[in-house]
Amino acid sequence: MIEARGLTKTYGAKTAVYNLSFTVQPGLITGFVGPNGAGKSTTMRMILGLDEPSSGTVTVGGHPYRKLPNAPRQVGALLDAKAVHGGRSARNHLRCVAQLSGIPQRRVDEVLDVVGLREVAGRRSKGFSLGMGQRLGIAGALLGDPQILLFDEPVNGLDPEGILWIRNLMKKLASEGRTIFVSSHLMSEMALTADHLVVIGRGQLMADMSVRDFINTHSASFARVRVPDGEQGQRAKLTAALTEHGGQVQPEDDGALRVAGLPLPRISDLAHDAGVRLWELSPHEASLEEAYMRMTQGAVDFRSTVDQRSGLQQPAGPVPPQGYAAPAPGYAPPAAAPGAPPVQPGYAPAAPQGYAPPPPAPPHAPAGAAAPAPREGEAPR
Amino acid sequence: MAAPSAVLKSEWTKVRTVSSTMWTLAAALVLTAAVGALLSGVMNATYDDLSRAEQLTFDPTLVSFFGMMLGQLAMVVFGVLVVSTEYSSGMIRTSLAAVPQRAAFYVSKVVVATLLALVVGLLTSFVTFFVGQALLGDHSASITDDNVLRAVIGAGLYMTVITMFSMGVAAMLRSTVLSLGLLMAFFFLISSILAGVPATRDVARYLPDQAGSAVMQVVPGALDSDKLPYGPWGGFGIMCAWAAAALIGGYAVLKKRDA
Repeated sequence: MIEARGLTKTYGAKTAVYNLSFTVQPGLITGFVGPNGAGKSTTMRMILGLDEPSSGTVTVGGHPYRKLPNAPRQVGALLDAKAVHGGRSARNHLRCVAQLSGIPQRRVDEVLDVVGLREVAGRRSKGFSLGMGQRLGIAGALLGDPQILLFDEPVNGLDPEGILWIRNLMKKLASEGRTIFVSSHLMSEMALTADHLVVIGRGQLMADMSVRDFINTHSASFARVRVPDGEQGQRAKLTAALTEHGGQVQPEDDGALRVAGLPLPRISDLAHDAGVRLWELSPHEASLEEAYMRMTQGAVDFRSTVDQRSGLQQPAGPVPPQGYAAPAPGYAPPAAAPGAPPVQPGYAPAAPQGYAPPPPAPPHAPAGAAAPAPREGEAPR
Repeated sequence: MAAPSAVLKSEWTKVRTVSSTMWTLAAALVLTAAVGALLSGVMNATYDDLSRAEQLTFDPTLVSFFGMMLGQLAMVVFGVLVVSTEYSSGMIRTSLAAVPQRAAFYVSKVVVATLLALVVGLLTSFVTFFVGQALLGDHSASITDDNVLRAVIGAGLYMTVITMFSMGVAAMLRSTVLSLGLLMAFFFLISSILAGVPATRDVARYLPDQAGSAVMQVVPGALDSDKLPYGPWGGFGIMCAWAAAALIGGYAVLKKRDA
């Protein structure tokens, strides 16, 4: 069991971790999630006694790590994959670690088998891929057969097979009653692996709950509703009707409406009563990832802005604007002849009357640019 | 608490299993012996061109150790790499997670590297002495002459303490590039320049390498150099004090700073 109480770490003026309190229970995989720079690795290092907390405490099995009797037999950790002297072979690296902890040498070959590095054990780790480095780091964590395991971003650099392998390995270790604390910035990965979540953003605790509770609390299901293209009035009418009956309506970029708070049949009934035809009414479940993104939106350290690419753009030929639906392959072939009117992609094979295709994309708004695609309803008539 | 013997064993495995150990220690031996042999041969051939004062204070033992000037740099590299690769590779976090008692980790590392440096240093000094004396011909000294054995063993100790000093500096700076940049420049350039300029000579005598090399002299004021204000072991003691200060500083940094 790992217990953090009011854990705080500051580097000069920058606060990496602030007043973090959580408990990691045995027998479960606890996912430690947060955007890059949220303080996950700092926390991991403090658990291992590598960094001294500025204030607060963190204990492993009731002791601060530096005072833990026989620490390497109780706690195994993968911190960063390449924390290995590149000139040393994998086997010799593990041998050093095993000797440090007083672990018998035959255990080295056992863990090499577990992580599947037996064949390359004699090679210098300098030539290892990131995935092999991760496996070597995991082997090091498993050496002492510890009850508590810490993995910092273990799936980084692993191929799909490797990811599945580590996922199953962690599940097996947890089922043996061990405490597993695994950090990741990939919520989608944690959704498949973890039982419990500790979410941090900007060094502060944002959630400490089971995965099921997290989804229930933070994800919202909604319906996508679309009225016929080009019928602005209908859209406004439907929005009003839905809002009046307690729905939360948000317009989406492609002209559809995102409706929360009303069941699908009710939306259909309301649309019928309002005399609005629907082209689409579909249920959507916000994924764990979306819930997480929404939650950590304000807590991201590094955010990208739109790449303006000014001065870099080639005037594009007739390119279909990004509208309605993503062009399905083979469904609406893009116009080939230069100067020919572009084909409106998606949905209807033939553009209905009164729904003229937009003119060729002007040079200042080619495909791939960040300029917003014209809405369907705004298409010239 | 990891048993001290386990940590020592692990440090020995660490030092044994990287090729830089082999290369730097071999380079120390070869450079010291080869340059010493070359200069011994040259001295033998040009002995008659030396001034009277230089002939009177001719110190064949010291002459054969002239290669130490270069050989010590290889020992510096060895000492620095033993410590700094822990930081540059990130291995330090693995090591300290396994041995949370930092003193045990640090002492083991220093002890293992020091013992290895001592063995290589003594081997180097004896090889260098005998090769050099063979090439000095009529002007050579014998190992049984007064103070010669002390100077030869002293040369081996000198290389050992240079290594310890370098380990302390690397533990304080925690960076290969910084440590090597500083120590190389210091031992190869700054120290000799300061010793060469009359204004700074009196201060430079107390620098680790200048003071320590007194132990390799058999004839006081060898080759018409100035009289030193300390004896051979006195100078060596000054060097040891430098090394101790560097190692204590290194431990203070390791203890206090986050890994």
